[in-house]
Amino acid sequence: MSVAKPLPHDSGQLHVTGGARYIDDIPTPADALHLAFGLSGIARGRITDMDLSDVRTAPGVHAVLTADDLPSACDVSPSNHDEPLLSDGTVHYAGQPLFLVVADSHGAARRAATRARVTYDAQDPILTVEQALAADSRFEDGPRIWTKGDIGRALDAAPHRITGRIDMGGQEHFYLEGQAALALPQEGGDMVVHSSTQHPTEIQHKVAEALHLPMHAVRVEVRRMGGGFGGKESQGNALAVACAVVAAHMQRPARMRYDRDDDMIITGKRHDFRIDYDAGFDGSGRLLGVDFTHYARCGWAMDLSLPVADRAMLHADNAYLLAACRITSHRLKTNTQSATAFRGFGGPQGLLGIERVMDHAAHVLGLDPVAVRRINYYRAMNAVGGGPSAPRPAAPPESISGKMMHADIASRGSQTVADDRHAVDAGHVNTTPYGMTVADFILHDMTDRLLTTSDYAARRTAIAAWNADQPLMKRGIAFSPVKFGISFTLTHLNQAGALVHVYQDGSIHLNHGGTEMGQGLFQKVAQVAASRFGVDPSMIKITATDTGKVPNTSATAASSGADLNGMAVANACDTIRDRIAACLAEFHQVAPDTVRFGDGQVQVAGDTMSFEKAVTTAYQNRVSLSATGFYKTPDLAWDRIAGQGRPFFYFAQGAAVTEVVIDTLTGENRILRTDVLHDAGTSLNPALDIGQIEGGYVQGAGWLTMEELVWDDRGVLKTHAPSTYKIPGCGDRPRIFNVDLWDQPNPAATIYRSKAVGEPPFMLGVSAYLALSDACAACGPHWPDLQAPATAEAVLAAIARATG
Amino acid sequence: MHTTFRLNGKVVSVDSDPTRTLLDWLREDRGLTGTKEGCNEGDCGACSVIVTDDDGARTLNACILFLPQLAGKAVRTVEGIAAPDGTLHPVQQAMVDHHGSQCGFCTPGFIVAMAAAHLKGRTDHDDQLAGNLCRCTGYAPIVRAAQAAESAPVPAHMHDTPVDAPAPFAPATEDALADWYAAHPNGTLIAGATDVGLWVTKQFRDLGDVAFLNRCTDLQTITETDDTFYIGAGVTMTRVLDAIGDHYPSYGQMIGRYGSVQVRNAATIGGNIANGSPIGDNPPALIALGATLHLRCGDTRRHMPLQDFFLSYGKQDRAPGEFVTGISIPKGRVNHRVYKISKRFDQDISAVCGAFDLDITDGTVTAARIAFGGMAGTPLRASTVEAALTGQPWTAQTIAAALPAFAQDYQPLSDMRASAAYRLQTAQNLLRRYHADLSGAAHDVRMVSA
Repeated sequence: MSVAKPLPHDSGQLHVTGGARYIDDIPTPADALHLAFGLSGIARGRITDMDLSDVRTAPGVHAVLTADDLPSACDVSPSNHDEPLLSDGTVHYAGQPLFLVVADSHGAARRAATRARVTYDAQDPILTVEQALAADSRFEDGPRIWTKGDIGRALDAAPHRITGRIDMGGQEHFYLEGQAALALPQEGGDMVVHSSTQHPTEIQHKVAEALHLPMHAVRVEVRRMGGGFGGKESQGNALAVACAVVAAHMQRPARMRYDRDDDMIITGKRHDFRIDYDAGFDGSGRLLGVDFTHYARCGWAMDLSLPVADRAMLHADNAYLLAACRITSHRLKTNTQSATAFRGFGGPQGLLGIERVMDHAAHVLGLDPVAVRRINYYRAMNAVGGGPSAPRPAAPPESISGKMMHADIASRGSQTVADDRHAVDAGHVNTTPYGMTVADFILHDMTDRLLTTSDYAARRTAIAAWNADQPLMKRGIAFSPVKFGISFTLTHLNQAGALVHVYQDGSIHLNHGGTEMGQGLFQKVAQVAASRFGVDPSMIKITATDTGKVPNTSATAASSGADLNGMAVANACDTIRDRIAACLAEFHQVAPDTVRFGDGQVQVAGDTMSFEKAVTTAYQNRVSLSATGFYKTPDLAWDRIAGQGRPFFYFAQGAAVTEVVIDTLTGENRILRTDVLHDAGTSLNPALDIGQIEGGYVQGAGWLTMEELVWDDRGVLKTHAPSTYKIPGCGDRPRIFNVDLWDQPNPAATIYRSKAVGEPPFMLGVSAYLALSDACAACGPHWPDLQAPATAEAVLAAIARATG
Repeated sequence: MHTTFRLNGKVVSVDSDPTRTLLDWLREDRGLTGTKEGCNEGDCGACSVIVTDDDGARTLNACILFLPQLAGKAVRTVEGIAAPDGTLHPVQQAMVDHHGSQCGFCTPGFIVAMAAAHLKGRTDHDDQLAGNLCRCTGYAPIVRAAQAAESAPVPAHMHDTPVDAPAPFAPATEDALADWYAAHPNGTLIAGATDVGLWVTKQFRDLGDVAFLNRCTDLQTITETDDTFYIGAGVTMTRVLDAIGDHYPSYGQMIGRYGSVQVRNAATIGGNIANGSPIGDNPPALIALGATLHLRCGDTRRHMPLQDFFLSYGKQDRAPGEFVTGISIPKGRVNHRVYKISKRFDQDISAVCGAFDLDITDGTVTAARIAFGGMAGTPLRASTVEAALTGQPWTAQTIAAALPAFAQDYQPLSDMRASAAYRLQTAQNLLRRYHADLSGAAHDVRMVSA
């Protein structure tokens, strides 16, 4: 069976030869137009004059469009209808698109766009958390607050109390392929759009809305992205809408891609957070209560900030059973890029808060940080009965009323569908702050194994001895776990569709709603299809995601791609397989369930034939060899306002031990060794899963070390290219990097009992940050209070605090 | 003007504007879209190509490579790495087998860089791949692939040969360049284009008249005598490293972090000096060594201590029509050390770059040359610090006493790379590191292992 085999990425051969086609590689139609935005130079104010005469007369320019020239506002928001494609005269951030240049080449459009003369009535921008709080500039009417237990009493009664604050920076996605789109006008006003997007249905919806067309008139296709990481869940809307509007208006193909600097200046990034904490412990390190206040800097538009901030709250506990807690979340509106989805979707920020509290408590109490973590773990799966929570009765179908026709109901930013059905696991001892029982907690056993394989205890002792002899260098070591909730928190997005055709020669055409951004989804799902039919994966043709084949897709996000689409594809394959089986069974006068598919063969009543022969037989007997498949995740119910329910189907888990060294003179640092043990359930493809873990770790470590976004005091982003924004390079990966899979079946009934693996490993990078903090703490008696990202400069400042 | 070169084995002739980049031409005109644009400034390596001339094969970034620079050379893109019959190159097969690609967008650049390293028999993969960014894999499987392909033979088609072709806009000698520049004092000289390339791709500057320097082989000489290295202005940083890395290992290690393989293969030492950047990494190292700069205007030649060339931010002691011809570097300065501080170790612009060279006789500092980049509007000597050290015993006490002098020599700025306070403190601490370094103590995180 092809499932669980470490097959290479489906496009590996095309990647290495340069043959893999991305949006900008699609051959340019002869009369294609190229677009570029003209950008705001200030962060906040009104445009008083926009002289575009030099833009219009620049070489190669066909047209220059402002908001007044558009057929509508051409909103590109995934949530709140608060992002007009082009400024309506108000400027909300430095880099906001003001006008659109249409030219005969990419270069001509970019060059012309710099020739505008714009004058502004500038206002003081709101840039920082503190400025936003002072101005009460926020989304929603006030902070979201979730509570569990009596936090006031818990803190008052605690023998030990710590308070602190951590500022954590945002993160640029730095997908290697920048945002790109191509729109091709069709007969009768229809539009075909090629977009580098994680969410083709969202592109279809926004293009249809902009062109005043029903969604059936717009078809969106995406074969692959050159990286997404959440940055292509909503941020491709502007390019696709711009291309479609121009293509419709001028009846010529239109294409657009952002130059790297434009991409970084225009698009949203990971939310930076400030988290304040007030926590009470007993002398053994048991957390008695914790009061978190999250301040999320959301930028100028709502985008997906509400569910991002929600997910930060949902991961404020990480792996720890909190007896009493309060989580207060401020979603602050600032004159900066509108922060957006990024791998983990707020989870990493929330998780870092509690990991920081654990380290701070261990430091104050003089305990091993691992011991403090373990004493606070949720109870183990086998201690609470094992397996997923008992299935609930199927929920009634949700009513989607007519007034929602134009709402972004397929976006995580949707606010129009509220789910007020929630059930709290009242009285259970192993519940999260949001009332969900944790019934699949396996980190006790995983921690045991990882501490052994990484030789944690002995190394910790050896490092302490080494540090005592070293005047300038200090090493540090840290362990951190991750427990990450799997499912979209907007419950209705947890659905997927598939379309499978079997041709008369036995070859199979596979399509589903998920998108390929490098994670290997297409190969995993192809392995599922091959397994269902019992054929070699080479029989399966993987095809581009296409809204004309599978409609109403959810974004490929929330790590859900394989869980949802794998199930939907299995459903479609089984439908066809069962039809073939029924046909053959009738011939042989046996029961259909005795027909066996495997190794490219079909066995029926002692007879063995090739899969191709079986297919041919079915075709000749007029059996439909095409089917759709569908899947919806069971057992979900969630009320985000109350903060109560069961938002997740299960939890993916993992743990890492990282060792680092710091230079106490400069703060320079290196990751020396990393050991990871990660839970991908019964892996669909261990090679691809390990790839996600290795890559996620390095990306997570990058977020918390060298990747620093810097805005100046006027709100202009100063780190807008790889020359100034540094993602980890080859030499920055851990010198020693051991990655193992836990490889136990998921208790929840997922596809082949696998677990989602896209986002959770990102948070293993937290161990690198904690190890740096540990090394700083080796420099002196005081709490180093390391801030993130832990650049060399931040490390040097923490060393100074540690030494006092 | 036509530029003739070999492309994936076949001779092509291209009529283009002199500042048309190879990347744009490949993708837009030639339909060879395997070579990717990731940043358009030479920092990500997605556009890497192999360029072969009489000096051999080297990897370059196509995004900041102008077509006339290729005259007479051979270019191999990702489409030309597999054998003509489609057989994958060993690094391609290894990348598939070891799961070295995920999204695949950076992969063509990696393949080219890996194939070039493989061609040269290089196995220092971290250095060879420092100029290629990947956001998906965390690099581990890519390095595993590179290691797996190490011992495979080089496929025959990878041995490219240059072609005999005229070179537009390219004086063939230093004399011809001097004449041209005297006649076009407002023209733009282009050597490696690692900086000038961005004037075109990012700033849309009209360069006016241009002269490409790559044909001036007499500007590319390296001469070593008993007491001096002479390095021509047109020598690439790769060749500078080869020439002096053994003699000045600390400087060599710094050059190993200067840009990337692709950048060092293009960038010249003359360009790094002449553009006058306050954050160029060669000037502090060379000023500390007491290097002498050589300039020429028409038939007039001048020579000056390098430190005198940098007058103020953006202003150098260089007349219109005058150009750098080379630099003379004294040999034998055994206490010379260079320390580069940046957010990322490889391929990052320095926040602070400090160079030290002290004469210490019988435990006493008898002479001191200390210079920093990133601390002022120009590369600048720490004259007050030097004075505080000279004549004093080489001890921690002396260093402690000298540290306040840094604030007199430097009033650095805060920017996206570092704050002023960090820069000043780190500059001071680098003097302490220098003391530890000369005493043989561990002083660099890269010397520590788990």
